[in-house]
Order: sequence, then C-alpha cells, then structure tokens
Amino acid sequence: MKYSYMGKGVPRIDAFEKVTGTALYTGDLRFPGMLYTKLLKSPLGHARIVNIDTGEAEKLPGVRAVLIGKEAPYKFGIYMGDKTVLASGKVRHVGEPVAAVAADTEEIAERAVELIKVEYEELPGAFDVLKAMEDGAPLVHENMSEYRHAPFIYPKSGTNIANHFKLRKGDVERGFKEADVVIENEFYQPQVQNVQMETHTSIGQWLPNGQINIWTSAQSPFAVRHLLSVGLGVPLHKINVVVPYLGGGFGGKAGLHWEPLVVLLSKKAGGRPVRLVMTREEQFYTTAVRQGFYARIKTGAKRDGKITAGAFFYVWDAGAYADYGVNITRAAGYSCTGPYEIPHIKCDSLTVYTNHPYGTAYRGFGHPEFHFATERQMDLLARAIGMDPVEFRLKNAAVPGRITATGEKLREDAGRVDECIKAVVEAIGWGKKAPKEVNGKLRGKGIAALWKAPAMPSSTSSSAILKLNEDGSVTLSISSTEMGQGTPTGLAQMVADELQMPIEKVKVVTKRETDFSPYTWQTVASRGLFMEGNATLDAVRNLKEQVKTTAAELLGVPKKELEVAEERVFALGRPDKSIPLAKLATAGIFPDGRGIGGPVLGYGYYTAEGLTNLDPETGQGLPALMWTFGAQGAEVEVDPETGDVRVVKMASAFDIGRAINPLLLKGQVYGGIVQGIGSALMEEFIFDERGALLNKNLTDYKICRTQDIPEEMVFIPIENPQRNAPHGVRGIGEHPRISIEPAIANAIYDAAGIDLFEIPMNRERVWRALRKKGEKRAFA
Amino acid sequence: MSKHKISVRANGQLYERDVEPRRTLLQFIREDLGLTGTKCACERGDCGLCTVLVDGVPTKSCLVLAVEVDGKEITTIEGLMEGEELNPVQRAFIEHGAVQCGFCTPAFIVAGGALLKRNPSPTEEEVKEAVGGILCRCTGYRQIIDAILDASKGAKK
Repeated sequence: MKYSYMGKGVPRIDAFEKVTGTALYTGDLRFPGMLYTKLLKSPLGHARIVNIDTGEAEKLPGVRAVLIGKEAPYKFGIYMGDKTVLASGKVRHVGEPVAAVAADTEEIAERAVELIKVEYEELPGAFDVLKAMEDGAPLVHENMSEYRHAPFIYPKSGTNIANHFKLRKGDVERGFKEADVVIENEFYQPQVQNVQMETHTSIGQWLPNGQINIWTSAQSPFAVRHLLSVGLGVPLHKINVVVPYLGGGFGGKAGLHWEPLVVLLSKKAGGRPVRLVMTREEQFYTTAVRQGFYARIKTGAKRDGKITAGAFFYVWDAGAYADYGVNITRAAGYSCTGPYEIPHIKCDSLTVYTNHPYGTAYRGFGHPEFHFATERQMDLLARAIGMDPVEFRLKNAAVPGRITATGEKLREDAGRVDECIKAVVEAIGWGKKAPKEVNGKLRGKGIAALWKAPAMPSSTSSSAILKLNEDGSVTLSISSTEMGQGTPTGLAQMVADELQMPIEKVKVVTKRETDFSPYTWQTVASRGLFMEGNATLDAVRNLKEQVKTTAAELLGVPKKELEVAEERVFALGRPDKSIPLAKLATAGIFPDGRGIGGPVLGYGYYTAEGLTNLDPETGQGLPALMWTFGAQGAEVEVDPETGDVRVVKMASAFDIGRAINPLLLKGQVYGGIVQGIGSALMEEFIFDERGALLNKNLTDYKICRTQDIPEEMVFIPIENPQRNAPHGVRGIGEHPRISIEPAIANAIYDAAGIDLFEIPMNRERVWRALRKKGEKRAFA
Repeated sequence: MSKHKISVRANGQLYERDVEPRRTLLQFIREDLGLTGTKCACERGDCGLCTVLVDGVPTKSCLVLAVEVDGKEITTIEGLMEGEELNPVQRAFIEHGAVQCGFCTPAFIVAGGALLKRNPSPTEEEVKEAVGGILCRCTGYRQIIDAILDASKGAKK
C-alpha cells in the first residue's frame, strides 16, 4: 500500500493554528452588540433568600439585563433535573450565583453586581458527606422526589441520597466465611477541580423570533442542545450550538453548564448576544468540580491468594447538585472491584448531596477515586496473607474468560491486564534490589492496576459525514469536539488509509455546529476514537459505494471489480478503466455530456453494541462497550524530615488494542500521569466550617508545574486488538490518570513503611504519618 | 475615568490608543488590539498564559498596566512567524506533540523562544526554570520541554 498512516506519529492536524495563536476559542469570539456578564454569588453555604433588591443595579447606565432566580424557574440536569441557573428560594453552596447582570462592558456589569442587595436567612448546612446521610441531616433538596430523573438513577426521597446504586453477586457472607483473612479499611479523596486552562465560557443569543444561538466551551454540543431544549421547553431545531476549539475539558465541560444563563440574559436584553467568561475563582467554586469520595472496603482472601469476597461501600460528595455525579456513582459501582475477578460481591455506591460546590465528571469518571481505595486494599490484603502484591494481582486478574462484577464473561479480545502488570513490573524493576536510601531520602516502588469502560447509555451512537470535493480531496465532519485529545487527527489517519490518499488531502472540520454537524452523543468517556472511528469507517464505505456505483456505469465495469485508491476509481490491472475521484464529486459525465450520479456525501454511523440495562437490585448486566486495562508503577523518594514526596519514575502500560498515533498517545499518557500526580500529592479543596472554599485560586490550590514532573516517564503500549473496534483500538483518554494515586501510595509504603488512606499525600499528611510511626516504634 | 494616550509597537506595527489607567496590558492586547492568541486564565499572575514579550523580556501581561508599556515594543504569539514559515520553536512544538488543547501553547512558545535568544543552548533544568511560571493541564510538560530543547542550538540536528 502506498499510503500507510496507521501507527505513525502524524503531527496533529490542528497544530498550526495552535502554535500561531490563530486557533479560536469561545472567549476569542466577538459579536456586534455583545454584552458582558458578571455574577453575584452566595457568601453562604446554605441559606434562604429572603429578598433581592436589584433596583440600584438596574438604574446604572450601560446595564441591559439583570436576572434573578425567580425569573428563571427552569430545571436542568443531565440525569437529575435538580438545578436552576441561578439560586431560587435558597442558596445551596458558597459561590452559587444568585443574580446575573449583562452590561455593555465587564466593568459596568461588575459595578452593577455590587449594587444588588440580598437578604439571607442562614440555614444549618450539610458540610460533611457522612453526616449528610444521617437521619435528620439538613436537606439540600427538600423536593427531590419531584425532580425528573433518568430511569437508572435511584434517589431516596426525604434524604440527601440522590442515587443508590446496588450490586449483588454471589453470596458475600459465604465468601467472607471461605476466606482465611478478611481486612476492612476506609479511604478518602477530597473534592478537586479539573482546572482546565480555559475557564467555562459561553455566548448566548435568544432572538425575539425564538431562534437560540450558542457559542460555548462545551465538550458535547448535542447534549447542550438537548438539555437546553428540555429545560427551557424550546423546540430542538430552534437551537444552534457552535463549539470552537476547547481549552481543555477533562469532563468538566460535558453536559450543560452556563449556556441557559446567557441565553436567558439575552432574552431579557432584547436578543443581544451575551457572553459569560468564568473567572478562575468562579471556576473553582461556582462551576462544576470533582466529587469528594469516601470508601469502606472489606475484602477476604484465601492463603493461596484467591480473593473470595468483596464488600464495597462508596459514598460520593456530590455537592449541591447531582449533574454527572449520579452516573459516576453508578459507573464506579459496576466497576467497583477494579480489574479482578471476585466471586462474591456486594456494592453500595451512593451519591449524597451536600452544601459544597456541585460535582461533575473529571477525567476517569470516579475511577481514580475508587482505584485509590481498591488498589491500596490489594496491597494491604497481599501483605496480610504474606504474598507479593504483584503475584496477588496476577492471581486474581480479570483476564479473558473470567467474570466481572456485573456477570460479564470477558471475551478473548477483551484486553489483558496481566500483560500490563508484567510490563510495568519490568519497567520499574519491581523486586530487583535497589538502594532504600539515596542522599538521606527513602526510596520505594509501588504498583497499581486499573480498568475502565465508557459509562454511557446502552444505545449511544455516533455519526460521520465524508464529503468528496471537486478536486478529489475529502472533508470529514464529526461532532466529537477537539479539546486536546487529538481524535480528529486519528480519524484523518483512518480516512487517508482507507481511501489510500495523502493525509494532506483529508480535512477534518474543526468547528462543531449542531445545525450542520452529524449527531454524536458526547465527547466523553474515552469513547471518541472507538465510536467516531467506527462511524467514520462506515462513512468511508458509503462514499466508496457511491463513487463505485457511478464509475461502474461510466467505465462499463462491474462495481465489484472496482477499487478506490490514489484519488481514483479503477479496475485492477486495467489502466484504461480508471477515473479520478475529482470527476465524480459533483456528478459523473458520459462522453456525450449526459450526467450521472450526483454530489458524493458519505454517511456513516455506529451504535454501541451489546450493552444492556443493569438490574436495579443486583446491578447485573452488560455496561461495557470495551474495557481498557492498564497498570501503573511508581518509584518515589520520601524525605523523612519534611514529608516531601517526589516521584522519580512513573511507568504505565495500557492495552490500547492498537496504537493509531504513538506521538499523540504519548501525550495523553504523560499528561494523565502529571495530572494524577497533582491530585496525589497536592490538590484538595479546603473549606471552612461554614462551607466556604478557602483556596479558590492557583496560588493556594497548586497544580503541577514543570518542576513537579517525574524524572522519567515510561509508556508501554500493549496491543491486543479489540474485534469490533476501528483498527482494534480502545479508549485511552482517561486511563493514564486513574491509578497514579494508589501506585504512589503503595510506593510510599515501600519507601517509608507508612500506610496512607487519604488523598492528597501532601507533606503535612506524610510527615504526620512518619511521626506516628516513629512514636509507635518508641513505645513498642 | 480619564484616558491616557499610549503608543506601542506590537509585532512590528505601531498602535496609538487611549486607555484607562487601570487597563491591564492583557486587556489592551486582547480587547483593544484584537490579538486573541494571548490567553487569559487567572488574571493574578499564577498561570502565565498571558505571557508576552515587553522589549524582548517575557512578561505576564495581566500584571502590567497598559500605560506602563507606553513607547515599548510588544511581541505576542501572532508576531513569531518568520515570514510565511513557522519559527524553530513552533516547528518543534508540532513535531514533539507538545500541543494538546493549545490554550497554553502561545505562552510556552513565546517564553521558550525568549529563552533561546538569551541562552541558545540551555540545559533541561534551565528550560524548566524558564517556563516554570506557565501552567499546562494537558501535556504533562515533557513534550514541551523536549520541544524547546530540540529547537535550541545545543540539539543534535
């Protein structure tokens, strides 16, 4: 084959725009008459709104619309319709917007916000997720039972529990009886923020004729359109959602966020476009964040290393609104074991409302949180039965043929976690003699495995349109957004390979626009390359079919003898029977001038296969389109004086099925590792006793900088192709970030002999654990 | 608020504008000059995404007032191409996969280029130091560091 792009490090197709500053993001767009929004935010965590006086603000010259919650009673929410765009009746978290002003300039809007007077009556708050579950806890949503919600969400009326996911497999009590050793531990992860470099940005326009135009930094344009339509009660075709480049999403820009607010402001301002750019501070406490997490896990194993039973109790601090949280609760619930076969399982995974900022998706969709718990538990249980943690993992690994928690028998082509574990063991030199102390610092190694499948409705679909242009080039339209993950580049490679044409002649449309773009469910769940890939391959097949049909007539050759390559349709071995694609793009022409065929527009789709609903009582069923398995290994250095932890080396192996673009793949892996290190060692929301976030800026909430990255990062791709995937690929966007925390925690134990159960493992926490260990020794 | 007339050369072009004294250089660049390649992501000097060159020196433009750059020369990402060609740092960013969402990319390219002008053969530590004030949430920095090193004189071509 002349053109081969599979497995090549093709530079990303959007790189030129991005290195020259010409790539446009929502915040770079300007429209005539555009107004600027500022928000008045609640200073209280839980309070009744007694009165709002906007009189003074409205009088300020240049103010075009002031909106308060009472005027916007619409309920939004992807799985649970629990959220209004402005607090109405009461505020549920510090930072929740209470009023919004649209004005000629940001300065005027800001001044107007200062003129709004709000009278509150403070209520007792639910600031601790476990206490929020108790009887008599202050209710965050008194009317939860009236909320519209997805059928697979199980709220508990009269409590703060927004979803209770249950999984029951085998007989867990019998399993514990069969065990020689049973251990039980608690784990905790705080709320954190996605910290996309681009804050949430939306421009909305609601014209008097009912047309709604939106430009927004959203991951999923069709989800925005759908949720807005349902929430506002506006017909779908009246809404057009445009998504330019996204400055990072990591789940936090999935679904609907502030689009309804700018649209409602626009309506009040007579249809002028209204822009809202979240400040960094608002990004931390007004918009969506990652849920907090508490786990209690009980696991039993036989002395020979076989796990007999696991009881998993997961509690998610959803904050004030459920958003994606209820589905994260579910996804973590059905994946609760991690990549292991356990015969007897009980899992209860609960979303609990609190008066914290509202939780949403963040790269990994709950998996980094629960893998911290399960992969720590694996090490602790191995230690309890006196077995090497690698051997223990391999013994229980969910390899093909074994049964998952939901009763799925893993297919032969499901991917191999055991190969990932072995690759990482090799890469970090597990079990090899290494110095325990280097320059007064303690060194250690740790390993953690992982798995994750896309969490999505069973009939999720994607589509693609491939247009043949008049010069023989092609233009691919898809609706998976480009937020840095590089899916469009991978798809361009697939198209060029399939059509056997230079990739330079394949264009992928960068802007997404629901009026023109083909439908896709969402840009989430590490599903893009798999699902848009299958849809794209289908569109290529359809385009080929169309050009062959016309060419068969023109060349007088049966269609089945025709091939498409090098921008031509031709019969193999017959150079006279050949026609350029360019001559078929608008219509074919017979020698006498008659036309045949028409403009060529390839259409393709893919719908997730073989997924089923899960049983509401037992969680049994088929939730996974594909499992991506992986393992991560850390080598760390602990400073015994300060508690400072430095990651020396991080090795990662994932069974990605097939590497389409190793250059971009490496970027996903390195990026995920460093994001995970931030969460493992430094990131955490710190609240005061009344629920106010104290570190809502990047001075006090640190993320990794260049100086914080490991000395060495190793990535080992494992390639066992998935049968129903385009070229065998599996998703990888989220996975490199999943088992960083437990790998580091396990390495810290190896280095310093301390067991950590809470994230982040910052200096203070590590130092305290080291001191405690010292004390024990002193009194022993 | 009374305005001040300032005269600035940005990417080789002369601009004269009346600005309020409180206007930041970042606002001036993005809103008044329409050079939106420079990004705003925290407005308090934490993230470095607004980095531009002021008389050749990398500067966080959210921490400088527009009136302070009167008579000075500003270089932004839009002014870095060499004619119709990408400069070596831009090229290296593409080749190394140092770009993902692209929101921080302009700042890294501006700061990386300034480093190489000052120090044509930096060590890895010097590169980390020079761009250490700029945040990226996508890449994990490895490929950014590699790209800048590769664009330097010291790199084996």
